[in-house]
Amino acid sequence: MTNLMGIDVGSTTVKVSVIDENRKIIYKSYVRHFARVKETVLNELKNLRKKFGGDYSVSITGSAGLGLSQRSGLNFVQEVQAAFIAIRKYYPDADAAVELGGEDAKIIFITGGTEQRMNGSCAGGTGAFIDQMATLLNISVTEMDEYALKSRKTYPIASRCGVFAKSDVQPLINQGASKEDIAASIFQAVVDQTVSGLAQGRRIKGKVLFLGGPLHFLKALRKAFVTTLNLTEDNAVFPEDAPCFMSIGAALGSVGVNSENIDEIISKVESVRESDEIITGEPLFLSKEEYTEFVKRHRATDLKFAEIENYTGDCYLGVDSGSTTTKLMLITPDCRILYSHYQSNNGQPLDVIISKLKEIYALGGNRIKIRASAVTGYGEDLIKSALKADFGIVETVAHFKAALHFNPKVDFIIDIGGQDIKCFKIKNGAIDSIMLNEACSSGCGSFIQTFARAMGIEIDKFSQEGLYAKHPVELGSRCTVFMNSAVKQAQKEGAGVDDISAGLSSSIVKNAIYKVIRASSADELGENIVVQGGTFLNDAVLRSFEKETGKQVIRPGIAGLMGAFGAALYAMENISGESTTLGPEELEKFNYASKSANCRGCTSNCNINIISFGDGRKYVSGNKCERGAGLPAASSEMDIFTYKQARLSESVKGVKGKRGKAGLPLQLIMYEQLPLWAGFFESIGFEVVLSEKSSRNLYFKGQHTVASDTACYPAKLMHGHIESLLDNGADFIFLPCESYNIDEHCSSNHYNCPVVAYYPELLKANNERLNDDNFIMPYLDLNMRSNAVKRLYSVFAKYGVRKREIAKGLEEGFARLEAYHTDIKNKAEEILKKAAAENKQVIILAGRPYHLDSEINHGINKLLTSLGLAVLSEDSIFDKTEKVKVNVLNQWTYHARLYRAADFASKHENVNLVQLVSFGCGLDAITSDEVRSILEKNGKLYTQIKIDEINNLGVVKIRLRSLLAAIEETKKRII
Amino acid sequence: MEEKITDYTNDYPKWDKSMKSTHKILVPNMLPWHFLIIQELLKMEGYDIEVLTNDSRNVIDEGLKHVHNDTCYPCLCVVGQYIDALKSGKYDLEHTALMITQTGGGCRASNYLPLVRKAVKIDFPNVPVVSLNFSGLEKESSFNVGAKLFLKLAFAIIYGDTMMWCYNQTKPYEAEKGSADSARDEILDYVLAKFKKGGYAKYKKICRYIIERFAQVKRTGEKKIKVGIVGEIYVKYSYLANNNLEKFLISEGCEPVVPTLFDFILFMVVNYVNEHEMYGHHKKSGFIYKLVYRILHKMQRNVKKLFEKQGAFMPIHEMEHLRKCADRIINQGAKMGEGWLIPAEIASFCETGVPNIICAQPFGCLPNHIVGKGTIRTLKNIYPDSNIVAVDYDPSATKVNQENRIKLMLATARDKLNL
Repeated sequence: MTNLMGIDVGSTTVKVSVIDENRKIIYKSYVRHFARVKETVLNELKNLRKKFGGDYSVSITGSAGLGLSQRSGLNFVQEVQAAFIAIRKYYPDADAAVELGGEDAKIIFITGGTEQRMNGSCAGGTGAFIDQMATLLNISVTEMDEYALKSRKTYPIASRCGVFAKSDVQPLINQGASKEDIAASIFQAVVDQTVSGLAQGRRIKGKVLFLGGPLHFLKALRKAFVTTLNLTEDNAVFPEDAPCFMSIGAALGSVGVNSENIDEIISKVESVRESDEIITGEPLFLSKEEYTEFVKRHRATDLKFAEIENYTGDCYLGVDSGSTTTKLMLITPDCRILYSHYQSNNGQPLDVIISKLKEIYALGGNRIKIRASAVTGYGEDLIKSALKADFGIVETVAHFKAALHFNPKVDFIIDIGGQDIKCFKIKNGAIDSIMLNEACSSGCGSFIQTFARAMGIEIDKFSQEGLYAKHPVELGSRCTVFMNSAVKQAQKEGAGVDDISAGLSSSIVKNAIYKVIRASSADELGENIVVQGGTFLNDAVLRSFEKETGKQVIRPGIAGLMGAFGAALYAMENISGESTTLGPEELEKFNYASKSANCRGCTSNCNINIISFGDGRKYVSGNKCERGAGLPAASSEMDIFTYKQARLSESVKGVKGKRGKAGLPLQLIMYEQLPLWAGFFESIGFEVVLSEKSSRNLYFKGQHTVASDTACYPAKLMHGHIESLLDNGADFIFLPCESYNIDEHCSSNHYNCPVVAYYPELLKANNERLNDDNFIMPYLDLNMRSNAVKRLYSVFAKYGVRKREIAKGLEEGFARLEAYHTDIKNKAEEILKKAAAENKQVIILAGRPYHLDSEINHGINKLLTSLGLAVLSEDSIFDKTEKVKVNVLNQWTYHARLYRAADFASKHENVNLVQLVSFGCGLDAITSDEVRSILEKNGKLYTQIKIDEINNLGVVKIRLRSLLAAIEETKKRII
Repeated sequence: MEEKITDYTNDYPKWDKSMKSTHKILVPNMLPWHFLIIQELLKMEGYDIEVLTNDSRNVIDEGLKHVHNDTCYPCLCVVGQYIDALKSGKYDLEHTALMITQTGGGCRASNYLPLVRKAVKIDFPNVPVVSLNFSGLEKESSFNVGAKLFLKLAFAIIYGDTMMWCYNQTKPYEAEKGSADSARDEILDYVLAKFKKGGYAKYKKICRYIIERFAQVKRTGEKKIKVGIVGEIYVKYSYLANNNLEKFLISEGCEPVVPTLFDFILFMVVNYVNEHEMYGHHKKSGFIYKLVYRILHKMQRNVKKLFEKQGAFMPIHEMEHLRKCADRIINQGAKMGEGWLIPAEIASFCETGVPNIICAQPFGCLPNHIVGKGTIRTLKNIYPDSNIVAVDYDPSATKVNQENRIKLMLATARDKLNL
């Protein structure tokens, strides 16, 4: 017998193990490969040759090992299988195993039906995700672990994919939540992802093994798993060999493989050549000269400087407190730069700004006088109140101001920052349409940074490498998770760092042009393009952009500071009177303390952050409404959402039933049909029990039964509603399957979407507590009234309900539904009249009936009212306008309402429409383009807000304020 | 009083019958052999049809550029294939039309047509998009299929199915390399000749010939893992969308088992019958659907009998059995997309010795949340030996990711077979 060898090539590391004839592990190693897979493996093999020499039966395993195995001809063992082999050998009594790797997460269920699961192609919650988050926090993974162990609380963070989590983490950083708590929340998110995304309805219990690098090295992650799964110390096993476990399994899986001499193995690996499978593009620059020419052209648009050390006179301050970076700019009245600063905010934007302002005062002494200041960006509110700045402006306005300075004819601006992409078209000197990246396609600047770091290279050097890459890899243009695996594949195929760097630059550009802007050709962008944002300072990205658009664009030398520059310009143009900005003396005395708390304003119990300034002022963030900030709430009388919520719950009269209790889960179709079914059940003698109010906690309650984690959030919330009803003593839960919704006679068919129509099937199949008796889900078509009576009778006859009663019950139900609809339509009329009288803008917050749920809409309606707007819903006004004929097949009841609502907005001057779209809603890929086209045909702005489990009102607020600013501009133009 | 309607539709070029003699019609590929037969068949009817075979990376890139980010992958592939073809310069753009099928179902697929129209219009304003449907959609620009042509198409599908079914059971085992392919080429000529010279309706004779001809191919008799492929119809069949899944499985030493297209046709007809019976829909036409179902189902049963009689191959599935399978897992009312057919096919596979299954679906496919991933738990309870993997397909999902998941499923399968 010979020695057995296993080589595990993961997405970030290489592990090698050797097992001797007595099945003893005699060697193991674990090294990072920094994308140099072949070299690293060879290195390890050579070490092994030095140490032992000899013959081996060898197998390769791991996600990046597949290609290596195919091309070297060495045996391959699938990695989960490898783990499985090792588990059976060393831990025969284990019930389940959880393995987290660089980019994979796996669960193996051993007892009670063997099952092996891997994360789907869209799932974060892995080592790479943790790395990404650490980069975001600007700490090492080890530090993050240490911080997390000291946490006091955790915040909810979307765990499904890295991009989403980032959107959750960023506001926490900006709000000053402690690093300890954020770190712990990130680990908790990984655990939640594993439990919901992978286990999918199957509970992880018994003796559980934890494998893979992250679970071996990160104590806080271990702790989070053990606590969440409720494991005893004996049942949570962390093997000594966890990081190398797969390679040990692969070694064991080599039994029966022909043994070879180590020299032969080495030469097989050495012979592996790059394959021609990866697709490559053109080089960015063919020569140094070409690059020099390019640099020279862009230098021309740099601003001039003035020396703060000897300048005397007025100046204007602009601050852009962005998501990952903080930018400051101090300019003279003739737009020379006195002082500028750009730095990563390290999660503490306020500290950075205060210290830089102190520096300004120190440098400028009494010679300079700040005549006005303005703040923009994510941190606008906080910084404005801390600095007592004169103005706070929306980012989009700031960027536009700045771009105008460089090209008064500008008709298109694209800004790619660390976290977001913003594009706006300019028409007639005003912002005409705004496009921001949705949470899913944010392949932005910080993405390159994370990658560079993962490869162990500084970002500047990384992008420089890309400039002369000969064969930039084609990486696709979609979300970062996908790009991660595309990079993985390219690495597997042997692409070098330079090719990957250039490929990433081009991906970011394509992502922006084709996905965010949704241009079908580069010509749509415009003639006078200004590009800006820190990411464009990367020449590789800039070059990719010019190549893709075929246009020469303007990139100001201060591309990364445009927000701050625009703010300074704004301050200069708009100041009247004395500036309130903190002066040198006040600044010296400035101090602050932050603490987190739960708002007690209402039952939402938002996590809020209170920052107390030294002079006794307070700043509150994280609140969804004014109450959190200790202000009176904006009146809800102009908000149809609040009205609808109240009317909907009133449709349950609360009659005690002689026949028992019917549980109705208030989600998906029930948000539309609650009055109908409440009326029906109360009429036939059942008391109606409603499920708990939606909340993040309710979602977690049902998370373990979610079968498809890419379904929309409303659907996934449904699982929690079911659990809540099961716990609340309903005799049965009722949720009908309806292929067809009620025909409102304004579309060619009246379908429900597949998820709304058949979700009960999924609920029942994946929740072991549900059965035929306690979960009633008849297939109904409510348009066929007598048929529906018949079908309902066959279901409820066993409760002694007679057919006549069923018919009467349905009648009562339809009466209540109609009364409810009439009621909200009347209310809409009233709001419209009042808004017209008070000269208020009206926003139709258009989506689906279930977007009424405040856990789903995240209180956007309240945000709108706090901005002084009246709010309507699509179902309250759609039939106040004509029917419409659209380009797409108009065959869903809810969507038909959307098109008509858009028509309504188009025909009323003070009405605008904002479309709410649930992430993962495939049908809205169709509706949103059509709604946009209706609005734009009528000269209206289209705004779309994608919503999911993330609660990031900051971004939403920027969008809405940009919309308002644009509406204002439009009005001015008309006048 | 006539109702007022605001018309937001953009003008688009429409198909009219006279174009039959002037226009070339391009059709996206899905099942190469089926579509080849259909192409030839329609040519004989006087239509200048061409099934597209372009499959370069540019197809996907054009798709990405021309349809919404969140639109499902099949639509992206189809649009990409069209645009790539139209841009190739091979076609006279004043005399080219595009054809696409519409089922009129409740999932997004019925909206591919307007999306194709929107995408094509930008660069090719004179290219009409024609709908092929049996639900009365798109009356202004649709392809008229009479009863006779409908039957011919049904025969073409049956022959394509029989060929595919036999080929997949022959190719992995062929003793002489290429012999399965030459049998297929021979059969193709035979079938086309039947359409040309008459006798195409003698489906029993033709299917018997196909089965026997494939049975003549010498097979090694080795034991291989059978892998069933179910899922969204386009991704399941189209090699463009599923990265040549069948070929990959064969290269891994497996036998791919791909359900017939006829199953899907019958599934759609059954849904009309079901809705007639469940909700009282189609009051007047219900009996016609029943009749059509009975005729088509009888054909399927007869072909199945041919397989049983000949004995060389595992027989095809049969609709009544599939419906019984479905009833154990999901209500037949779940009809959108591939609906109850997916779990039914999985169950039917499990019962016929094919417990290893790939459920192929576009990333984010709405019906598949429920009828695909959502039913796996129930299926596992009923068939504890089943070994199912759901694989998402997407323009940016990498092959390595998909293959790795499939390999995991195969490793489990090998483990069970002790191969």
